[in-house]
Amino acid sequence: MKFWMAFTLTSLLLMGFSASAEMKVLTFKTPEAEADYRQLTAELRCLVCQNQTLADSHAELALDLKQQTYDMISEGKSPTEIKAYMVQRYGDFVLYKPPFQLNTLLLWLGPFLILALGLTTLLRFVRRQKAEAKNNKASETASQTEELQHAHDLLTDKDKHS
Amino acid sequence: MSRYFLPLSVFVVMAVFLGIGLTLDPKEVPSPFIGKPAPEFSLPRLDNPQANISPADMKGQVWLLNVWATWCVSCRAEHPTLVSFSRQNQLPIVGLNYKDDNGEARRWLQRLGNPYYANAVDADGRVAIDWGVYGAPETFVIDKKGIIRYKQIGPVTPQALSDTLLPLIEKLKGEAA
Repeated sequence: MKFWMAFTLTSLLLMGFSASAEMKVLTFKTPEAEADYRQLTAELRCLVCQNQTLADSHAELALDLKQQTYDMISEGKSPTEIKAYMVQRYGDFVLYKPPFQLNTLLLWLGPFLILALGLTTLLRFVRRQKAEAKNNKASETASQTEELQHAHDLLTDKDKHS
Repeated sequence: MSRYFLPLSVFVVMAVFLGIGLTLDPKEVPSPFIGKPAPEFSLPRLDNPQANISPADMKGQVWLLNVWATWCVSCRAEHPTLVSFSRQNQLPIVGLNYKDDNGEARRWLQRLGNPYYANAVDADGRVAIDWGVYGAPETFVIDKKGIIRYKQIGPVTPQALSDTLLPLIEKLKGEAA
């Protein structure tokens, strides 16, 4: 038992070492440059594993694109310039947040359109229900008075007979 | 009758959109380079590292740029198609040997045949990024003016060749330089 615990612990430790050996330490001139790098790699998409950002992905291409981003930041390029560089080569798809433009209009406004459609449908439904309820009540009271009258008639009639 | 109309039309619209979605391959990211000038580069040749090759050398003719590597399985699959296509002498195929080992790449060409007019060695993959490559193999069709006209994502299959590439190449050859 003791042996196995020691074995597992050692292998876990070794695994930790080999994993960290692959990490590359990036140095930045300013904290702002580092912040830009983090922001950019979180906003750009890895095109191989499409549901991951560059920051999340360890695919070969993602590593290269991260290196490219790092180099461009070191050259003093602004985040907008770097994004433009990527979009020029890989299209809008490389951006996690799609730009607001003509061909993405439906994408951006679609949810609000559907919300508006849902709200108007709901409103119309509620109004109709209310109107129906009112009608029902009106006819109910009408039939009630009728019944009361009838009962009254019967009672008075009965009184007469007795 | 009209109470069924709304749900039915919603269903039809959704079915049409989802149906279109089924025919699209999300792995194929359309290249923003179509209709744009091919990015310049100057890289050492695989057969002669002292000499360089660049897209400017190919001006005036229709040519292909095929991104490949020996570690890429689909490149192995498309290789026989490229070799037999190159025997037709339709147009020059320039290889972009992407993040590969030079010795391995030379051995591969010796063993499996060499369909390439020349190979550019892109050791660190920088040129590939410049061309918006996101995976090998990819094949660009470049016209006489040096404009990228088409990008084949994934292996060049005999079907892709006869259905898409050949008709396009035929058309581009007829255009003025």
